[in-house]
Amino acid sequence: MNQVEQALLHDSHIDDAILFKTLNSMMGRQVDFADLYFQSSQHESWMLEDGIVKEGSYNMERGVGVRAISGEKTGFAYSDDISPLALQKAADAARGIADCGLGAEVKAFTRQSPIQVYQAIEPLGSLTQEQKIDLLHQVEAHARGIDCRVSQVIVSLSGVNEKVLVAASDGTYATDIRPLVRLNCSVLVEGNGKRERASSGGGARTDYSYFFELVRENEAQPGKARYLTYAEEAVRQALVNLVAIDAPAGAFPVVLGAGWPGVLLHEAVGHGLEGDFNRKGSSTFSGKIGTKVCSELCTIVDDGTLVDRRGSLSVDDEGTPGQYNVLIEKGILKGYMQDKHNAHLMGIKPTGNGRRESYAHLPMPRMTNTYMLAGESNPKDIIKSVKKGIYAPNFAGGQVDITSGKFVFTSSEAYLIENGEITSPVKGATLIGSGPEAMQNVSMVGNDLKLDAGVGVCGKDGQSVPVGVGQPTLKIDEMTIGGTQ
Amino acid sequence: MTKTNKVVDPLFKQMDEVKESVSKVLELAKSLGADGAEVAMSRQQGLSVGTRLGEVENVEFTSDGALGITVYQQGRKGSASTADLSEKALTQAVEAAVNIAKYTSEDNCSGLADKDLLAMQTQDLDLYHPKELSTEQAIDIAKECEHSALESDTRITNSDGASLDCFSGFKVYGNSYGQLVGYPSSRHSLSCVVIAGNGSEMQRDYAYDVNRDFALLDSGKNIGKKSAREVISRLNPQKLSTMKVPVLFRADIANTLWGHFIAAISGGNLYRKSSFLLDALGNTIFPEFLSIEERPHIAKALASSAFDSEGVVTTDRSIITQGALQSYLLTSYSARKLGMTTTGHAGGIHNWLVNSNNEQHCGDFDAMVHKLGTGLLVTELMGQGVNVVNGDYSRGAAGFWVENGQICYPVSEITIAGNLQQMFKGIAAVGSDIDMHGSIRTGSTLIDEMQIAGQ
Repeated sequence: MNQVEQALLHDSHIDDAILFKTLNSMMGRQVDFADLYFQSSQHESWMLEDGIVKEGSYNMERGVGVRAISGEKTGFAYSDDISPLALQKAADAARGIADCGLGAEVKAFTRQSPIQVYQAIEPLGSLTQEQKIDLLHQVEAHARGIDCRVSQVIVSLSGVNEKVLVAASDGTYATDIRPLVRLNCSVLVEGNGKRERASSGGGARTDYSYFFELVRENEAQPGKARYLTYAEEAVRQALVNLVAIDAPAGAFPVVLGAGWPGVLLHEAVGHGLEGDFNRKGSSTFSGKIGTKVCSELCTIVDDGTLVDRRGSLSVDDEGTPGQYNVLIEKGILKGYMQDKHNAHLMGIKPTGNGRRESYAHLPMPRMTNTYMLAGESNPKDIIKSVKKGIYAPNFAGGQVDITSGKFVFTSSEAYLIENGEITSPVKGATLIGSGPEAMQNVSMVGNDLKLDAGVGVCGKDGQSVPVGVGQPTLKIDEMTIGGTQ
Repeated sequence: MTKTNKVVDPLFKQMDEVKESVSKVLELAKSLGADGAEVAMSRQQGLSVGTRLGEVENVEFTSDGALGITVYQQGRKGSASTADLSEKALTQAVEAAVNIAKYTSEDNCSGLADKDLLAMQTQDLDLYHPKELSTEQAIDIAKECEHSALESDTRITNSDGASLDCFSGFKVYGNSYGQLVGYPSSRHSLSCVVIAGNGSEMQRDYAYDVNRDFALLDSGKNIGKKSAREVISRLNPQKLSTMKVPVLFRADIANTLWGHFIAAISGGNLYRKSSFLLDALGNTIFPEFLSIEERPHIAKALASSAFDSEGVVTTDRSIITQGALQSYLLTSYSARKLGMTTTGHAGGIHNWLVNSNNEQHCGDFDAMVHKLGTGLLVTELMGQGVNVVNGDYSRGAAGFWVENGQICYPVSEITIAGNLQQMFKGIAAVGSDIDMHGSIRTGSTLIDEMQIAGQ
């Protein structure tokens, strides 16, 4: 018995026989598929502001979600009490959905040993409380030391211990231990009678030692502890915005920086390729497998197998191993992201994208780490090719309407490009476009693929999950920029 | 809510049990050395059904509970919460909070709200109207709603379905000053999302209603028809050219403007100097015809509450009078940071009524479109794009182009931009077409000029 089984099943007097019996009780009534999702998590966060550690919190969750599927119908119930009785009660409620399914046998459980893409560790204990507090103070001191215009610093540190166990009528039986840590530095700078705020941070599926690792920006530089780079980046962005001029309004060529601007792909393409929307025909990409939906310079993947990445999954929340899925290859749409339910209804295989916020939420197709592969252009040549436009290396976030394909993202750091040169910084502005159109208009792709620092949170139907994005520097020939000039 | 109802409804017994748990948790915190503590505990149950293209899609039985505790020890604060309400978990939560308070710093502004501001008794605001529905009844209501959308126009090509959600539960709040209050509430909502058009010309839109009292919820038929009307009106949108024009925010969109205003006068942003409305108390921020009143005790209203999330009693309050700012929105902590007194806004606002007090700057929706003259009517906003520190505003938008008071055609893939400070000053009228779906009751709102970016 592994650690997860001990904590989620054995301590609650649940064994294989009870899991099997519970699933069997649901399958009797024309249910095609049923699964049980056990989860326990502990989340901590610490916050420093005005030089003192103001807040610390510790949150616990533990429960089981029970799902029954019959054709296109799903019945769902959950309980914050993990016990044989609560499990049976939830199963009785969930199975009420079925009246027309085929009914099937519960298969014997196959214990999976998927490739681990992160270590089975619990990060909360990886630093002492004193060390956590000290880390917050060090980030603050470093931020304040960079520039006298830094007037406020807020630093937050958080970590999650999480254990999940999935048992399903198709014989799936999987457990996973999922660490997640995050550090963030937010600063307020004041100068010339103006104030600007900016923040920077990062994280990964590992423990807190991640923030002390040495990173190099380039070969020439010596390594520097990662937590220091967050403070520096926050101050740098805030100071840039202090001298930013009004952004232009209208349609211009846009060069997006490498890394976090991959939010573009998440919004313009990613959501529209989730299996549920395509099964229902409600996405602008529905029915377009095999057709050209992007410029041939674009190859876009969703990759749950990147080691220690924030969006990675050894197994998804339905017990399917995380995968490297090519969504778009040289502009041609290759496949959608699937959970078991939608994959089954569309007659294809699940892709390891079945995710849920917690045991109290239903799984659905979600992204993991979504990025575009590197192209051949030198990033400098990309800037040089623009006569008048915008260079946007940082974004605040985005949103998409998957049916019309319209998407937005908001820049948090941007510059004018004039005659092939990056010139004045411009204020944050929202950029809007149509997903398929914008992706057809990608005319140059850099050779500098970079992934984001590990801060992404994706929301869908009220459920939040951690994700990653990435891309090389790329140029879109025309997008609408929502400035004021 | 009648007296007999109280006797038979098991919820009231549950609430008494939870009050007992809260007292025990407070005692445990004290015995572990906390010199102050506050505990909030809630339970909620519900049924959520979704139908799509006439078939059941989801049936969810929800049952959520949570406990949150904050302890104070010589000015140091620690918090913990748990969704597992077993005795073992509650004890763990208290221990975790007390442990955290050993490591946080002393902060002379932290602590419970001042004792004389607390609501020692609760007030019945008529927020609890549970509805016993069988799964079949709930499914029928959702089906009828979607059906009325699907049958109302042949241009409706697809659906994302209709859903009915009915929740009821209660909240209990207690602290070491001896305050122990709680109240039950319910919330019912019905919504429908439909799709019109084909291929690259598809559009989606929705309609919904939400009410504390199921009996007052709009009919499925009406909601379905409204969603169909909305989506049909969006078909074949055009882009606009880049220009400066007046912009009318439809009532259900106008509440976002007031939402930005709320952020700008919230204590947390003020003491962090992260607002474009610093030191603005008494200043004229809006035109003189505009007033905003807060009414926390409206019966059955969505944002009604007799006390805030720190137990502080809520009171009627003028926020804006003749365009001038009368009150910030403070919690105990932010008030102490600013040298002021809490306004009972821990956890948010309580029913705002936005009014125009001058007939020339008011009118029903048609009159507001007429006042807009030639410009943009906004019915959807996308993205974040609002900087509360300096008031810069830039968001994706969709809506309708209006010429000489006539709605001409739908528009999309444009942005609207400006600065909130100027936008607030530039409000030319607020309509009487009040949207009642949220905590802010406002009519459509006309702004004299904004930058539109398009082609």
